[in-house]
Amino acid sequence: MIVAGFEHRHAGHCESGVTAALLSHYGLPLSEPMALGLSVSMTFVHLQAIRIGGFPLTAYRMMPGSIYKGLGQALDLRMHRRRYHSPDEAMQDLDHQLAAGRPVGLQTSVYWLPYFPAEMRFHFNAHNLIVYGKEADEYLISDPVFDRPQRCPRADLQRARYASGAFAPRGLMYYPLSFNTAFDLERATNRAIEGTVRMMLSWPLPFVGVSAMRRLAARIERLPMRGDNAGYARLYVGNIVRMQEEIGTGGAGFRFMYAAFLQEAGQRLSRPRLLEASAAMTATGDCWREFALLGARFGRGKDGVNADALAAGLRRCADCEEAVYRQLRSR
Amino acid sequence: MKQEDVPQQDIGLYQGNRKVMYALDTDGNYVTVASSGWEVEQQVTSAACDEYRRLADEVLTRARAGLASPLEYHMYARRMDVALLAEVAGLCRWRLRRHLHPQVFAKLGPRWYRRYATALGLTMQELTSLPR
Repeated sequence: MIVAGFEHRHAGHCESGVTAALLSHYGLPLSEPMALGLSVSMTFVHLQAIRIGGFPLTAYRMMPGSIYKGLGQALDLRMHRRRYHSPDEAMQDLDHQLAAGRPVGLQTSVYWLPYFPAEMRFHFNAHNLIVYGKEADEYLISDPVFDRPQRCPRADLQRARYASGAFAPRGLMYYPLSFNTAFDLERATNRAIEGTVRMMLSWPLPFVGVSAMRRLAARIERLPMRGDNAGYARLYVGNIVRMQEEIGTGGAGFRFMYAAFLQEAGQRLSRPRLLEASAAMTATGDCWREFALLGARFGRGKDGVNADALAAGLRRCADCEEAVYRQLRSR
Repeated sequence: MKQEDVPQQDIGLYQGNRKVMYALDTDGNYVTVASSGWEVEQQVTSAACDEYRRLADEVLTRARAGLASPLEYHMYARRMDVALLAEVAGLCRWRLRRHLHPQVFAKLGPRWYRRYATALGLTMQELTSLPR
């Protein structure tokens, strides 16, 4: 069975892509940048205490689930979300929803999805995808980070839904129940921008926002670089860049997506200040890409990029981003 | 980033897939562009993969000499580490570390083997043997 009328959309990031595609299917046309912007989901977090794959957590977006949760207020959106104790029940309910003609979002691990290229399969549990049909033993999957729809056998999908570890999905399935198609874009935009600005500039703890970038820069400068430690330092920096650039993680792509959000909002509300901020955010994204390039050269261990140069690159990103948020605040 | 600056370096990592980037067209409007990849992403991802492969190969050599358990090899081959496998298999880290010793692992009961086999997505046969 295939849900009629579901359209696969290729997106920059899994969760924003899933949310935008699901909402659009259920009757609220929404672009991916809008989903990101209005849900206040762009951020920067570096947490030394939480380790993923042996490295401190670096994230360029909020916790998994924040995109559709964050849209709750802006769009009066109510989501049906459910986790299941038993994997069998989770799979049965999935079949049941498909039979009822509802495409649904799932949270899964990346590692156990066979259609992912081998080199991308890491134990990352906060991936999102849409299931829109089933043929024999295979599910039809609209994974927004792929340009074409994919297929996944039942056993693998079940395994991916029940991977354990950080952010364990525990079978999470979701779809929108109700929303306000005539929501107030101006009010939602103002609130969302205020939220992002507050988070990035004045979060009370230093692991979040612009100050977290500067703290990370200081940490990079202090990385021990002798002997065996040099290998660790390279992987540590590699991990930061990987979180920034790799498929599905958002990262620097989020800065451009946020700029697209500011542009769309600016055009629809005829607010030139938002367009100016969009241009500044684009410059920030470019700055992050330069940092990624520096990080990759650092990782190769040559070209004369040392920890200080890298930290300086990161501080430039922080400065550039801070300027955008200050501009948005004084809007 | 401008539309024409979106990297199209056809990296092996994507295996022919493409990723969406948001970039500016000639009129300064944001559009989505499908990218065939950037070398930077290829490099950092390969480095992370190679690290697990290096650990797995190292353990494989030791395991062939009887100095490490097949469990330790399969853990790295599945891109896991002690913290993750302990969480997936549902035991504490020090206990897993003990089980990684070849002598201890050889004496574990079938229930443990089944548990590790499920956690790693392997058959019991695969779990207790090493690849050729």
